[in-house]
Parts: sequence; structure tokens; C-alpha cells
Amino acid sequence: MAAVAKKGDTPVPAGGWDYAPAPESRDIVSFEERYGLFIGGEEVSPRSRAWFPTVSPATEEPLAEVAQAGPKDVALAVDAAREGFEAWRAWKPSERAKVLFRIARILQERARELAVAESLDGGKPIKESRDVDIPLAAAHFFYYAGWADKLEYAFPGRRPRPLGVAAQIVPWNFPLLMLAWKIAPALACGNTVVLKPAETTPLTALLFADVCRQAQVPPGVVNIVTGDGSTGAHLVRSDGIDKVAFTGSTEVGKAIQRELAGRDIALTLELGGKAANIVFDDCALDQAVEGIVNGIYFNQGHVCCAGSRLLVQESIHDQLVRKLKRRMATLRVGDPLDKNTDIGAINSKAQLDRITELVEAGTEEGAEIYQPPCRLPEKGWWFAPTVFTGVAQSHRIAREEIFGPVLSVLTFRTPDEAVEKANNTMYGLSAGVWTEKGSRILWMADRMRAGVVWGNTFNRFDPASPFGGYKESGFGREGGRHGLEAYLRFE
Amino acid sequence: MSARLPVRKTYKLFIGGAFPRSESGRTLDHEGHNVARASRKDARDAVVAARKGFAAWSSATAYNRGQVLYRLAETMETRQAALAAVCSGRREVARAIDRVVWYAGWADKLAQVLGGANPVAGPYFNFTLPEPTGVVAVIAPDEPALDGLVARVLPALAGGNAVVVVASEAHPLAAIELAEAVATSDVPGGVVNVLTGLRAELAPVLAAHMDVNAIDVTGADGDVAALEILAAENVKRVVRAREDRSPWEVGAFMELKTVWHPIGR
Repeated sequence: MAAVAKKGDTPVPAGGWDYAPAPESRDIVSFEERYGLFIGGEEVSPRSRAWFPTVSPATEEPLAEVAQAGPKDVALAVDAAREGFEAWRAWKPSERAKVLFRIARILQERARELAVAESLDGGKPIKESRDVDIPLAAAHFFYYAGWADKLEYAFPGRRPRPLGVAAQIVPWNFPLLMLAWKIAPALACGNTVVLKPAETTPLTALLFADVCRQAQVPPGVVNIVTGDGSTGAHLVRSDGIDKVAFTGSTEVGKAIQRELAGRDIALTLELGGKAANIVFDDCALDQAVEGIVNGIYFNQGHVCCAGSRLLVQESIHDQLVRKLKRRMATLRVGDPLDKNTDIGAINSKAQLDRITELVEAGTEEGAEIYQPPCRLPEKGWWFAPTVFTGVAQSHRIAREEIFGPVLSVLTFRTPDEAVEKANNTMYGLSAGVWTEKGSRILWMADRMRAGVVWGNTFNRFDPASPFGGYKESGFGREGGRHGLEAYLRFE
Repeated sequence: MSARLPVRKTYKLFIGGAFPRSESGRTLDHEGHNVARASRKDARDAVVAARKGFAAWSSATAYNRGQVLYRLAETMETRQAALAAVCSGRREVARAIDRVVWYAGWADKLAQVLGGANPVAGPYFNFTLPEPTGVVAVIAPDEPALDGLVARVLPALAGGNAVVVVASEAHPLAAIELAEAVATSDVPGGVVNVLTGLRAELAPVLAAHMDVNAIDVTGADGDVAALEILAAENVKRVVRAREDRSPWEVGAFMELKTVWHPIGR
């Protein structure tokens, strides 16, 4: 009889433990062959007569065709929103609230369908779309619904008024959730919107158009124009908009800020990040490892606030890296619709190329790469969870946003050095701090030049909690009472 | 016996708590006074000084900042005659001083009015606090000469920022007289910096500067779009006057930080 293995010695088999497949059924969602634009409460064919396919990044199969909105289409959508605004602003705030409550309820009722659609179109694991994206999207509408008839209590001494038509451009990493972050506060404040979903993930926004029909959102209040970056550019250049809200890359954010120069148009930007996740030697190490994994591998690392720079106190570096690698070997990469999947597909070929290029740069610049052994599917776009050790602050993988499942490990000795290194970036979206010492959490939180600081946790989101960046991570906040300010003017 | 000659004032720049001449050696004639004409180098020096001043000012307690700003009102009160001579008169000076007192009182109340606790759906304690954005460039409005400047600078200071002011070309003396009140009021060196000279020469340098966090363009007239294009290079916050007196005028110069921590046994 073999000796009883000591606890903790159990070797992890190469490729992780075997699980039986646990696929979520995709029958719950059926896509149309083609989706037009959603303008003035109706689905319309694009004047541009141009269409493009949206594909599943996990299988490369086309899911549907969507319209490529041109300048005329964008102008029609803005006109519809202008017209819609005249009616919508006259609604009683209490009735506006009910429309938003209805949307929240319908999102809850159709949650499974939307989760499957999100995972199919974007490649994210079903457990994330099911447990994070869709419930939070519904919660966002529920939260802002309640504000619609209470705005005068949000800003004492000021008289809030809607801005008018908001042009909103959202990214592909959390398609429906980012839509909710944009549309819910805009509508609660009495604005109407023209929203452009990302080129690679338009489907849940188009399903949302159907949610609007079910909720009897008045025509023109929500308009959705699909297309690539050129559609977004037409939208930002439109006459007749009063507000631009953009979530995406810092590069495009700067271009939008330049484009709006000298025009009296309100702007909020939620841009890139290169968050430090700082681990002190007195932390609860296993919890920290979970937090590090969640911080960088959540949603394939396609997260603007991802904890992509791990700053470890030197004395625990080796131990922590050992534990981290062991944990990484248990991550399951594969079919987004499998309920056991931890890391799904990379959203697009272009993004996979960018990740690959930066990872090559990391190796060339002398950092040491580790990837657990894992079998990647043959079709689709995939990237194994990756960690670099021996990273210097000057390396590209420590400075540039990779937006993929790639972690860079740096070290520090003193809290002051941790602060210095954490803030040594043009970004300032988020930061994480791991220590069991309460006073140090607050001391560190005070010194982080970042809009969100997670102490002994990471990647938590809530509609009541303001989110947004310092420095080149953008300006303005989404979520909470503070999120209202971006959609109001004051008399 | 001849009559006593008055001792005239030399109007210089205000950078890092000192009153240097422009490194360029240039001056502008303003109603018989030789006013320093700051160079691009002076502007960059002022940003370096402001970054240092910001460290001291932003780490002071809000209560302390309030007291120091109240002290500024005291020093202005004793300089009423000098200030009145460089603006529209004593009534404007009184308005400006009262505005300083008003904003001094805000310093230790902003976090309660602009921040708050957030009831998130989970076992987390979550709060949001306003923090100063950093170094703020202020393009001073021409009118009113003194109170217009105070109305833009004080919200930035009350929030804990350091400022670099491009003085009005029409009223450079008002900015320098104010700087003298600042210099005698316990405001740490570098927290307020004043550049006199040509706006067209100085404002673009500050708008493009990568270590400036925000620019107040209230006093920039035709050139706003050009400044905003430069400001986008590091995603500067571009601020305009919206309300006469308001904590949200301060809020425009502040970032909001949200902190999460788990709750557990």
C-alpha cells in the first residue's frame, strides 16, 4: 500500500485536472441573420448599404450580419435622438424612472439569453457573463431608475437639467455592462442617447434594442448604430450632440478630446490602465494569490482596470511566484460556453496579435516568461495565461497596456518604494493593496494616484460605486451619485 | 531741501515662493511699470515649483489648508489700499477678500459634500473621497482684475492643488499684488506661481506641459480650441467657470477616489 501523501504535495497534472464538459445550452438565444440599425424606435436598413459579419472568437463562425452605419445613418440617429429628447425631457421624472425599472426587470428576465449571447459574440466565459456582466447591467438600470425623480437631492443648492443628446461609444470587453453604464444614468437624467457598440461585439446591444421595445421606451430615446471606428468618428463629429461619453483606449480618447476642442460639448473619458497590484509580506498569501489571479485573468485580462503589474515585497517574491504558478496551472482555458471555463477566447484576431507582439517584446527585453501547460483549441483566438518575472520598470510589458492575460512581476522593499513604482505610469485607473495591516491599507490608498483602490480584494464593481480614472486614464465618473454629474448641467 | 521721492515697486514674477525676474531678462511696459515678461523657460520652472508645492499643500490637513487660506484673507485685508489701486477699487477688493474667506471655510467640508459612503451589494466597506488633481494652470480672466483671478485660483487652492497663473495682460499688477499677499500668508512656496507676460506665449506652454494636470481656460478668449487640442496630449482636465461660488467649482479641480475593503470576522 502506497504511503499516504502529505497534504499539499498533490501534484497538479499537466493541463490541470480533468473535468467533464459542462456546456451551457446555446438554444436559448437565436440571432437574426441580419440586424439593421435601431433608430427612432425602429429597426432600419443602413443608408450606407454596407454590412459586416460578427463572428464568435472561439470558433470563428459568423453569428449574424450587422449594419456598418455611415455618416447619413449617424445623422439620422442623432436627429431621432434630438426629436426624442423634446418628448422625453417633458416626461414626469417618476415615469422616466418606471421605464428604467422596466428595463432592469426585463434584463433580469432575459439574463440567461443575454449571457449566452455575450459569451458567443465576445468569447468571455459563461460564468462571468452569467454572474457578473448581466446581473450588474440589470443592477445599474435598477440603481439609476431610482435617481430619475430624485436628482435635486443629489446636488444640494443646484438645479439639475438634462444635457440633451448623448453620443456614447462603448468597448468590446463588457459590451452590455458598458452599455448599461452609459445608457442608465443618461436616461435617468432625462437625456436621449445614440450608442455605438464595439465593432466585434454588437449583438447584445442589438438584443437590448428589443428590450427597449418590450419596455416601451419612447421612440428616439435610445438609438443604436453599429459599425467600426469610422462610425464612432462620425458620431463624435455630429452636429446636434451635447455630450460624448467614451470608454476605450487612451489613444482614441485623446483623439476625441482634440476633436471636441472649442465645441461646447460635455465629455467624459474612461480610458486605459496599467494597475499596480501591491502585495506586502504580511498579507494573507493564499487570498492574495486568488486576488492576483482574479485581477489579471478575469475576462482574459481584457479589463481596463486589470491588475497587470504585480508589485511584490522582495522577501516573499519567490514563495508568492511559486504559489501563483501552481494556481495558474489549474486555470481552464477553452470553450466560453463551458461552465468550468476560467479563461475564454481572445476577443479578436487584432487583439491576439497585439498581445503576442507585446509578449514577444517582454521576452526580447529580458524578462522571464512562464505559461502553464494547457491545450488551446485549434480554431478561434486564444492565449494561455502568462506571467513574466524579472520585469524592470522600463520594459514595455511594465508600461504599456497589454489588455490580455499577461502579468508582469516587479519587486519592492519599502512602502515608499511601492508607492513610487505604483504611481510611475501615465495611467491612474485602479490599484490593489494586500496587507493585513489596516493602517497601511489606508496609508497606501491615500497615496495611490488612481480612481479605484481595492484593499485585500480586486476587480469589484457595483452600480453604487463610482468608477473612473486619474491622469491619462480619463476623467469623469460612472456609477453612484457621482455618475449623474456627467449627464447634467446646472442652472 | 528736496521732497522725498517715493520708493517704487519692481514687478517681478512669483515662482516657488520667490520673486525672480524673467530668466529671459525681458520686460513689458505696463502703464509706466516695467513688468516681467516671462519666457517659456519661466513657465516650465513654475510647473516644477508647483509640483513641489503640491506635495506640501496636498499633504497638509484640510483644517490646516483652511486656516492658511483664511490667513490669506487677513493679509489681503491689511493690503486693501494696494490691492484697490490695481483693480476697480475697494468694493472689488472686499468682494475678493470675502470670497477667500468663503473658500477657506470649504477646505475641510469638501470631502463630506463631494464624497460619501457607497452602499454596495456585498460584504465591502466602500467610500469615495475627493482629492486634488495636482498642478493646475489658470489663464486669468481680464475682468474683474482681482476678484476674477481670485474666483479661479481659490477653488483650485481650497481643493489642495498648486497653481500656475498666467496673469491677465490687461491687469498684470493685480496678479502680482495678490502674489505678495500670498507670499506673506503661510501658503507654502510653489503652491501659487504667477507669470506675467504674453498670454499667447505662455498659455500654450502650460496647455501642452505633460506635468500639468488641469487647465482653467476661463480667461482664454479666442485661443480656447487651440489650448484644448494641446491639453489632450496628457488628457488634461479642461475647466471653465460655471458658477460664481460653489463647492462644485472646487470639485472641477478634484479627482474622486473610491476605496473598497472587505468586511469579515
